[in-house]
Amino acid sequence: MWSVVVIALNTFRENLRDKILYNLVFFALLLIGASILLADLTIMEHHRMIADMGLAAINLVGVVIAIFVGIGLVGKEIERRTVYTIMARPIRRTQFILGKYLGLVMTLSVNMAVMMAVFLATLWLYRAPVHGALVQAVSLIFVEVLLVTAMALFFSTFSTSTLSASFTIGLFIVGHLTMDLKGIAEKSQSETVKAVTTAAYYIFPNLEMLNVKGQAAVGVGVPYAYQATASLYGLLYTAALLVGACIIFQRRDF
Amino acid sequence: MDTIRVEGLTKQFPSGWPGRPPTTVLDGLSLSVRQGEIYGFLGPNGSGKTTTIKVLIGLIRATSGTAELLGKPVGDVPTRRRIGFLPESPYFYDYLTAEEFLTFYGHLAGMDRAGLARRVSQLLEVVGLVEARTRQLRKFSKGMLQRVGLAQALIHDPDLVILDEPMSGLDPIGRKQVRDLILGLRDQGKTVFFSTHIIPDVEMICDRVGVIVKGKLLATGRVDELVNQGHTQSVEITCQGIAAERIPAIQALASRVVQRGSHSLIVLPRPDSLEQALAEIRKQGGTLISVTPHKGSLEELFFTSQGPAEQARPVARS
Ligand SMILES: Nc1ncnc2c1ncn2[C@@H]1O[C@H](COP(=O)(O)OP(=O)(O)OP(=O)(O)O)[C@@H](O)[C@H]1O
Ligand SMILES: [Mg+2]
Repeated sequence: MWSVVVIALNTFRENLRDKILYNLVFFALLLIGASILLADLTIMEHHRMIADMGLAAINLVGVVIAIFVGIGLVGKEIERRTVYTIMARPIRRTQFILGKYLGLVMTLSVNMAVMMAVFLATLWLYRAPVHGALVQAVSLIFVEVLLVTAMALFFSTFSTSTLSASFTIGLFIVGHLTMDLKGIAEKSQSETVKAVTTAAYYIFPNLEMLNVKGQAAVGVGVPYAYQATASLYGLLYTAALLVGACIIFQRRDF
Repeated sequence: MDTIRVEGLTKQFPSGWPGRPPTTVLDGLSLSVRQGEIYGFLGPNGSGKTTTIKVLIGLIRATSGTAELLGKPVGDVPTRRRIGFLPESPYFYDYLTAEEFLTFYGHLAGMDRAGLARRVSQLLEVVGLVEARTRQLRKFSKGMLQRVGLAQALIHDPDLVILDEPMSGLDPIGRKQVRDLILGLRDQGKTVFFSTHIIPDVEMICDRVGVIVKGKLLATGRVDELVNQGHTQSVEITCQGIAAERIPAIQALASRVVQRGSHSLIVLPRPDSLEQALAEIRKQGGTLISVTPHKGSLEELFFTSQGPAEQARPVARS
């Protein structure tokens, strides 16, 4: 357990020194700048726009960091061979994978927390209503970000950075379209198409399930039971990917 | 008990194409390293030194055969607390300072905070990086990286140290420092296993040597035994004041004669004709400048090794 913490803290330190948190400045400028530009809308519309943009930006920044830092978590260690001296230490490969993952999760948590704070400050600045639905939406975005990080980490245990990035982005896009797959399955006449799309619907992560931004922006929340189920789904999927990453990493040669 | 025991180690890498046979990099390699000795693992480029070391560290799995470190099969995680490792041309986290770097590796080895800080400054002193201790590794030169890598391998005071080409990238002073460091480790009762393709490195400090060629152990034994084995030893004579080229008696003894101005270089294929050749030079009125015996063995092993590798030939059992 101690080794996992050592690796996680070092990964967090790496992220800080790589100046990953600088994206926050960009985020804050974007959000506040856009809010100022859009100030000539009606009050209601203006408030909704700020909420929409804030949630979308939090989501985008989180996912981009998850993908592009996530693929390097283990990928860069293998490519730059820093993994050699780590593996020579009394640490299990599984502990290494978990440590790397938790390190980035620490970075993402700090990043999300600050984005949330800037978002709330902006809303407050324009006297826009702050409702629980917004917090709900951000918490589900965080689950999505955890899941995307695990996807990136999973792919990087067996492929190059470029491929891992493509796979992760691909899976992310498909993950947002699984409802369409289900639609195709229902409408299609062909048994084969039905079987394939139904299988795909169950295999790929259903990321739309974690997306409640649209309604949250207009102040409509989802039932807590839904939030709990969706979060549990996302976390289980994340756990499965991490187990997969550990199994692959455990077996590979360096 | 042997500190390192390798038996019948074979490693094949898949060719990456179905139908194409895999490449065999290690081919039934066996060797043993005793407690407290310095073992030189000598072999030309591409002979399988790094591959062997990767198996020992658990970075790759052998296709067949067994390998044990400190009495435990390779891959045993707790045993690694007692093992130090420096990879070939090492890459490290370049965002860390030398101090942070060593502290990190100390933590990974399960060391506690109290002893660690002292150990870090002690090792930085040993490898001559005290001035650079707060500098990030990205600003280190190649030689400095090699040094901090060595410190990393020793931070947790391991019983067995495995070094892959520890002297590469170092200047003559650095090489000497590393040699002294390795000798110092032996004085503390540690076992050192290091690979190299540079013969003098081995001759100077190793207790025993293993010569690996094409994935097989070609010879193993004490350095002096390998060097003085009954191989033909050539002798080079340099002398002045005669035209050795034109003296048939010398021509008859020599395998090669080179004339440069007033200097002659005479190469005798066998040492037992040395007295005869010297007598002839004196008779002709020449002045002797130097006599250099060429102790072939290790070098010869290297050169003959370009042919098909033979079975391991144990030279000494002591
Ligand atoms: N992952 C791999 N896949 C295929 N072949 C490999 C792999 N790793 C090493 N080899 C091959 O194994 C052989 C031995 O390589 P190795 O790195 O062990 O040599 P070495 O003795 O350390 O050489 P050097 O002195 O140059 O460091 C080489 O021919 C190399 O091409
Ligand atoms: Mg090598």
